Parts: sequence; C-alpha cells; structure tokens
Amino acid sequence: MFDIILGAISLGLLWAIMTIGVYITYRILDIADLTVEGSIAMGAAIAAFSIFNGMNPFIATCLAFVGGMLAGLVTGILHTKLKIPALLAGILTMIALYSVNLRIMGKANLSLLRIDTVFTPLENLGLSPTNAVMLFGFISVMAIVGLLYWFFGTEIGCAIRATGDNPQMARAQGINTNNMIILGLVISNGLVALSGSLIAQSQSFADIQMGIGSIVIGLASVIIGEVIFGTRNFFNCLISLVLGAITYRIIIALVLKMGMPANDLKLFTAITVAIALSLPVFKTYLRPLKKSLRGGDL
Amino acid sequence: MLVINGIEKKFNAGTVNEKVALSNFNLSLAEGDFVTVIGGNGAGKSTFLNCVAGVFGVDKGSILIDGLDVTKLPEHKRSSVIGRVFQDPMMGTAGNMGIEENLALAYRRGKTRSLSWGISNKEREIYKEYLSHLDLGLENRLHAKVGLLSGGQRQALTLLMATLKKPKLLLLDEHTAALDPKTADKVLQLSDRFVKEGNLTTLMVTHNMRHAIEHGNRLIMMHEGRVILDIKGEEKQQLTVEDLLKRFGQVSGEEFANDRALLS
Ligand SMILES: Nc1ncnc2c1ncn2[C@@H]1O[C@H](COP(=O)(O)OP(=O)(O)OP(=O)(O)O)[C@@H](O)[C@H]1O
Ligand SMILES: [Mg+2]
Repeated sequence: MFDIILGAISLGLLWAIMTIGVYITYRILDIADLTVEGSIAMGAAIAAFSIFNGMNPFIATCLAFVGGMLAGLVTGILHTKLKIPALLAGILTMIALYSVNLRIMGKANLSLLRIDTVFTPLENLGLSPTNAVMLFGFISVMAIVGLLYWFFGTEIGCAIRATGDNPQMARAQGINTNNMIILGLVISNGLVALSGSLIAQSQSFADIQMGIGSIVIGLASVIIGEVIFGTRNFFNCLISLVLGAITYRIIIALVLKMGMPANDLKLFTAITVAIALSLPVFKTYLRPLKKSLRGGDL
Repeated sequence: MLVINGIEKKFNAGTVNEKVALSNFNLSLAEGDFVTVIGGNGAGKSTFLNCVAGVFGVDKGSILIDGLDVTKLPEHKRSSVIGRVFQDPMMGTAGNMGIEENLALAYRRGKTRSLSWGISNKEREIYKEYLSHLDLGLENRLHAKVGLLSGGQRQALTLLMATLKKPKLLLLDEHTAALDPKTADKVLQLSDRFVKEGNLTTLMVTHNMRHAIEHGNRLIMMHEGRVILDIKGEEKQQLTVEDLLKRFGQVSGEEFANDRALLS
C-alpha cells in the first residue's frame, strides 16, 4: 500500500510538470490547448529514440523540451497568424504530431529497459528506482516552479498574463498579443514534452498512444489542485498544481487498487473533470436552495 | 496633431450586409484640441475612434499622428502614442490582475518589454501618489484585483492608465455612459483635469449633448459616417442644446436620432 502511494507521488511529480504546462494555456492564456496530447507523446518519443540510439539522456531530455516548444510554436502560428480558432489549431497540431511521433520512433512503441536514463545517476547513488524518480522529479518541479514564478513577474510575463486576461486592454497598452499567445504556447508545450520525456524514462517505455486523454488528466490535476490547495497568490497556485497532480495520481492508484478496471480509468477521469468544471453551475442552483432552506432572504 | 485624410470604412464589404460606416471622412486636430464628438446611433463615432486606434484597418485614406503615418501600423504599435478609455468599464483593465500590475502595464506602454521585473518599488510610490489624486482610496489597495472595483473606480483607473505615459492622443469613447450620473460627473471632471494638466489632444465621444457642449474647445457632430458640423472657439462657448438640435436638422434634413441623447 505504502509502495503504491510512493509510486503515485513520484509519477505525480513528473505529471506536475505537464500540469503546469496545461495551467499556462488553460488558466493564464485562457485557451484550451489540445496540442498537449501530441506534445507529451512527442517528448516521450524524442527522448526514447535519442536515448535508445546512445544519446546522453540529459541532452535527449533537453531535445524533447525543444521539440515540445516547436509544437507549441506551430499551434501558435496557426492560431494567431492564420486565424484558426485555438481549439482547432491545437487539434490540427495534435493530429499532425501523431504521424510525426511515429516517424521519430519508427514504430508505435519503444522500450528503454536496461538503458541508462536521467534517473540512473541517482540510482547509482543507491536510491531505489521510485525514490530516484521522486528526488529527480521534486528537484525539477521546484526548479520549474521557481523559474515560472520569476518569469511571470517580469515585464514579458506580465504581458502574457494581461493578454490572457483582457487582450483588448493588452493591445491598448502596446502589447503584441499574438506574440504573447505564441510565447505562452511555446513554453507550455515545452514543459508538457519535458514531462512526457521524463514519464517515458521513468517507465522505461515510450508509446505513441500515451498522449490520449492527457489534456483531461492535466485539467483534472489543475482543478483538484485549485479546489483543495487554494489559489491565494501565484506561488500558491503553482504549488497547488503540483499537489493537485500528485493527488490525482494517488486517487487513481487507490481506485485501481480498489478494483476498478484500468480500462475504465479515462471514463472515470472524464466524469471527474466534467463534474468539477460544472461545479459553478451547481453552485448557482444550490444557492437559492440554501437560501430557502434557511428561510431568510439573505 | 491628428490628420485624417478621406478615410473610408466598410463592414462586410461585398455581402448583402455591406455597411459603409465611414465615408470620405476628413478631420484635422491641432495640438491640445479637446474635441467632443456627438451623433446619432450608428453614425460611426466608435468606428472612427477604432480606426484611429488601429482596432481595424481602413479601406481608403490615411491617418497621421504628429506627422507620422500610422495607417498601416498595427493596434499595439499605435498604442505607444494613444491612450484609450472604453465605454465598457471591464474593457480597459485586466480584472484578474492587481491595481499596481495594471498601472505597471500602462507605465510600459510604448517600451519594449524585457525580462526585468514587471514592477519596481520605486514605481509603487509613484502609483500611490497618482492614485491618491483620484480621491477614491485606491492608493491603499495597490494589490487588490481590479475585478473587485466598481465600474466608476475602474473607469477612473483606466483614465489614469491612459494618461500615465503622456499620450499624443487621448480617445474616450462614451467612457461615462455605463456609470450612474454622479460617478459619471466625477469621471468627467477627472478627464477634464488630466486633459488640462497634460495639454492632451483629446477626442471624447458622448451621447450627452450637455457634456459635449460643456467640455472641450471644439465639437463635431457625425452623421452617416461623415462630419456634418464642426463648431469651435467662441461659437462653441455660446452653444446650447436647442441650437445644436436645430443645426443638426438643417444640415442633415432629419431629426436627431439618438435614443439616449435626448433623455439627458
Ligand atoms: N464590427 C462591425 N461589423 C459590422 N458592422 C458594424 C461593425 N461595427 C459597426 N458597424 C456598423 O457601422 C455603423 C457605425 O457604427 P458605430 O458603432 O461606429 O456607431 P456609433 O456612432 O458609435 O453608434 P452608437 O452611438 O450606437 O455607439 C453602424 O451601422 C454599425 O451597425
Ligand atoms: Mg459607439
């Protein structure tokens, strides 16, 4: 049982990076970006293929990050320069990436068993594989949280936030909103691909299908994090995302443990997210109900 | 300061819904001119201001600001010399960002944004100072989210943001229309003060004839996408609402139709 939780935490830390990426588009830019489904698999594909062919795993991981950024760039250009609605632009890139990822790997999946990954140096220090992932994940996540906290406080970071908040106002303040949207998508998908590359290395396996449903997992983690751990300020938000991603993994590990068939997982996640997203609607129904129950007119 | 040469703007060109919003529109403002703009519903007032601001391009003609041809310049580039306040109080500020963050965005209008801090402590002092002049108590709420402010407070803040970096041109599009009369008066007074202090060249659209007459040194009336009346100086000072309605009737051969103008 304890092992399951530890495994969930370590995996959650890797997914947290992806969750932060989803947060950047979904909450900061106010765009539902489906590119992530392709870029997470792309990160896995790039890292797996490069490592499999003898590249240093750290360089391979950086390469995966760059690959994800390129995917974000494509979606950004489709959306801002070619005026394709964001949702559709993301879907187009996602579909295109499916073929691209197959090209990269040359086949539908690739095993990294008994091949050195970014986690190997820590394992060599005597850590168990799970602990190695956990430590590496923790350090990476904290570094990313720190970097993003700084970045979104800079002039450019503030311009991105303003663009997502009120593009009209942003343009009136001289902000090139198109460029800010592109930049946000680039950073977001870079992080998502980075996450994908680490997930693939931790499970010694990359699969062309691994992106399917990942946007929903990302959203679930964002919402769980925000609801349970709060959104008082930006730093609090970032930490909540990380804890949300971990919580999601623990929940999944527990429901699987309780006997839910793994095939039902996506249905379970989708229903969870649907409920979470519709909470505001329920609240408006519940408020008058509460009022009438209380009998007052407040 | 602002020269507009025969601009034309069509919406939905080539379709059955084609609408000529501005046709052969000419206007030239001197530096420091404070021009009020009135006209019936759909006369093209907002379209005119949006064309100047670069929200959309024009089909014909040219727009020069302080000698610079901005006709082809995108909106965000023109913003470096233009300050704007919109009719909708939600539109001019970022509601999820703090008061000081909004001001900091405005403070960087026209400057290339870098990776240095989005706001500095030195600025905070400046903002406090400016906010205290608004007399709304906002100087003690620098961190408060703008979304929590009332419409009037947001418009006052937007006004401050529009003038924080002295613009060459200030565009106010019915910026008090969404406010209750008392708040509207307050925001109008502030506008007057900012315009005077900065000697700002200003275009103010209003549906309130009294406001149009009482404010500014020049008044233009628009009808069907053109300027049909242009009243300046002495003549403007003598103007009454009745005069204005009569002269509109003479020039256009119609009765003035703005559902809101006649009420106030
Ligand atoms: N984006 C648009 N697409 C199509 N037609 C438009 C658009 N914007 C304005 N119009 C049309 O252009 C004409 C001028 O509109 P505009 O908004 O400039 O009028 P206005 O003088 O500001 O009126 P109001 O006093 O109602 O604000 C109107 O007939 C309007 O229907
Ligand atoms: Mg208008």
